[in-house]
Parts: sequence; structure tokens; C-alpha cells
Amino acid sequence: MELAVHLRAAVSLLGRFPALAGVDLDVAPGEIVLIQGPNGAGKTTLLRACAGLVPVVRGVAVVLGHDLRVDARLVRRRVGLLGHATFLYDDLTVADNVRFWSRACGASRADADAAMARLGLEGRLADVVVARLSAGQRRRASIAAMIARRPELWLLDEPHAGLDQAGRDVVDTLVRDAAAAGATVLVASHELDRARALAGRTVTIAGGTIPSGGTTPPVLASGSPVYGPRGRQNDGWVDAGAPGAPGEVVGVP
Amino acid sequence: MFRDAWLVAGKDLRLEARSRVTTNQVAPFAVTVLILFAFALDPDSDVLERATAGLFWVAVLLSSLLALQRAFTVESVDGNRDALRLSGLEPAGIFLGKACAVAAQLIVLEVVLGIGVVVLYDATLAGPLLLGATCLAATAGLAAAGTLYGVLAAGLRVRDTLLPLLLFPVVAPVLIGGTRAFEAALGDVPGEGWPWVGLLCVFAAVYTAFGVLAFGPILEES
Repeated sequence: MELAVHLRAAVSLLGRFPALAGVDLDVAPGEIVLIQGPNGAGKTTLLRACAGLVPVVRGVAVVLGHDLRVDARLVRRRVGLLGHATFLYDDLTVADNVRFWSRACGASRADADAAMARLGLEGRLADVVVARLSAGQRRRASIAAMIARRPELWLLDEPHAGLDQAGRDVVDTLVRDAAAAGATVLVASHELDRARALAGRTVTIAGGTIPSGGTTPPVLASGSPVYGPRGRQNDGWVDAGAPGAPGEVVGVP
Repeated sequence: MFRDAWLVAGKDLRLEARSRVTTNQVAPFAVTVLILFAFALDPDSDVLERATAGLFWVAVLLSSLLALQRAFTVESVDGNRDALRLSGLEPAGIFLGKACAVAAQLIVLEVVLGIGVVVLYDATLAGPLLLGATCLAATAGLAAAGTLYGVLAAGLRVRDTLLPLLLFPVVAPVLIGGTRAFEAALGDVPGEGWPWVGLLCVFAAVYTAFGVLAFGPILEES
């Protein structure tokens, strides 16, 4: 089976500082993986590296079948990144923004309108200039712009930040639906209870490394579904993680 | 590539239509520059009349700087530069789209400034064909070079002060060619102006070709 994300001893630099100092990580298609770790551990850099925005200067980095060190541009179009920045133009309306980014990625206007509807941004709110939105509404618009692209790999950096309870529930539903439809999801979050409930596996990053557990596939009792939402069957992988330690691997309950 | 260019140009022009920065800020600035020149050079003397062509293009250059900074400021905030890289849009298409949007705004500015020199400097716009061709060729060159250097500076914290330092020396041929061609048109000797239009066309072609090729690597590295 071809992995959606395959990193081996991957190193990325921010300036001269090795923000990723030899990361090993395998993620299977359709899997939802929580990346946890303290501030500055490298979670955001890991997601940006998987998106092809931060170059991997050493090691192996294959995402969606493409070597990031050779053809990162081929990966980017198939990736959806929800980061700290909203990726929105303040002077355009919500609809302008979502439609522009969806068309840029080859998606249709219908995809954009459907994405706005799922985030509760249809109707009058769609015609409001982004600069006039609240922080939570901006976050919703940002998510709508991301999902309108129909990405195959979702890279979510604190996806629940700034959202109300209803918005958080919508995000969880979107992630589960995406995984059920075959998309792979990496979530970096400090809201561990909520994110763990969402993810099929938890990987801890510390000091820019995932020492070993990142390559250990999800755990499951024989015959039970591995990636809950997708119902993928056990591939015979085993749990080798120690809870709480870097590289911890937690199976689907 | 052209589909991407159309998409980006449409987005930039929609941004401008909603924010009205060009009409409410850049155009008034351009007219203010013309008025200040008139104050500085005695309007009763013939200095102003002789310098009209040069003052027009200096005003265009100064105003174009604001338009260019605006074009890349919107890409520098809130991660939009990364979003452009993630979009899968062809870098050459992004370059052409942004250059076209800047060119459209510059054309509007040049019309405003043209009216300005007629009203304020009492200029007579003879040789309309030469004037129009000069404006089109110079605008294309300014937009292409400005977009290229704009993206180069956009990734830097000092972009606002760096862009004029990078751009103005490079676009000196536009200032010279545009001024000489305008002088010929205003002096009713258009035959002397066409070679300068040729120079402007070469400048525009070189920077457009260079931009199409180099915009992607610059977007990645800067």
C-alpha cells in the first residue's frame, strides 16, 4: 500500500535552525493522525513541510506519491493547509475569496458554494467583506476556502482555535467525512481531548524529531477496523509506542 | 497559464474595485505631485511647458510605486503568498495576471495625469497616436518590471523602502523613452518619437519574458 506521507530522517531548516531534525513518519491513506507536542516542537513546520512550503533539505520526504525534494509543486495543489494565517484577502467578500481559491485549484463554483454552506457562510454572510468578519467567522471562511479545493491531504494546525462549540463540531464532522471519503488528515492541536477523539493515532513530536513511533502503524486487534471512520481493515501492524513519550502511538479505541 | 493570468488579474482588479485604493489614494497622490511640480517650477515661465513630458512620467513612476506596493502588500498579509504557492496556479500566470492588473491601474492613472497636465500645465496633446502607443508600451514595461521586483521585495520586512531602490534605476529607460516620445508628440514632430516607442517595446518584451521565466523561482525563494 502506498503511504500518503512517508518521511525518513527528514530535516527542514528555518534559517540555520533545524526545525525538523530528522523526522520519521508514515501515514496511511484515510488515516487521521494527531501530532502533539509542546510549543516550538516542530508541529507547524512538520505540517508546512508536508504541504511543500518548507523545503526538506535532507532525508526522504514522499507525500501523495511525490518526492517533496523534487516536485513539491505537484503535491501542493492536492493539499489543504489550515494554518494560523487565514489565507484570505481582507477586501474581498467571503464568496469572492472561497471562489477564487477553489477556481485556482481547479474546483468548481458549486464546490465553493457547497463549502460555504457547510460552514454556515451562505446567504448574506457570503457577501460580507472579510475585514468585517469576527475572528470565528474568518476561521470558518478559511476552512471553507480549504475544503472547497477538495484536498487529498488535510493539514490542520489548531483547527478548533477561534471557533465556537458549533464551529468545532462542524470541523470534527468535516474531518471525519473527509477521512471516510478517502482523504488523509494530520492534525496538530493542543486541544488534546477533542483531537484524540477525532484521531485514530497520536504521534508526539519533540525537539523537531519523532524518534520512532511515527513509523509505527496503527494498532488494532485482529479483524477490527483500523481507521474507524473509513472502516479500513487491519493490515497487521502492531503498537510499539509508550504512552506519553515522543513517538507515542495510540490506537483507535 | 492564460487561464491563471485571467483569474489572478480578475481577483486583483476586484480587490481594487472594492478597496478603491487607486481611485481614492493613488490618483489624488499623482495629481498632487503634478501640482507640487507646478509650484516648484514657476508656471509663468516656459520651464514648466518644456518639462511637461518629463514631469508627467516622473509622476507616473512615483504613482506606479504605490500601485505596485499595494499589489504585493495584499499578498504579504495573512499568508496569502503561501496560499498562492499552494494553489497550483502557474507562476507565469500569476506574474502575467498581476502585471495586467497593475497595467490597468496605471492606464487609469495616466489618463488622470494626462488631464492634469492639460489643465495645470496648459499642455496641448498633439500626436494622439504616438501618445497612446507610448503610454501602452511604457505601461507594459513598468508593470512587468514592477511586478518582478515587487515579488522580489515582497518577502522582506523592508519591502516598502527597498522596492523604490530596486525599481527606479531599472525603469530609467522607461522614463527616458517615455519622456522623449512625449516631447516629440507635444512638439508636433512625431517622427522623432517612434524610435523611443520601439525602445519601450523592447524593454517591455524583455521584462515580460524575464518575468514569465523568473517569477516562479523568485516566489519560492524570496
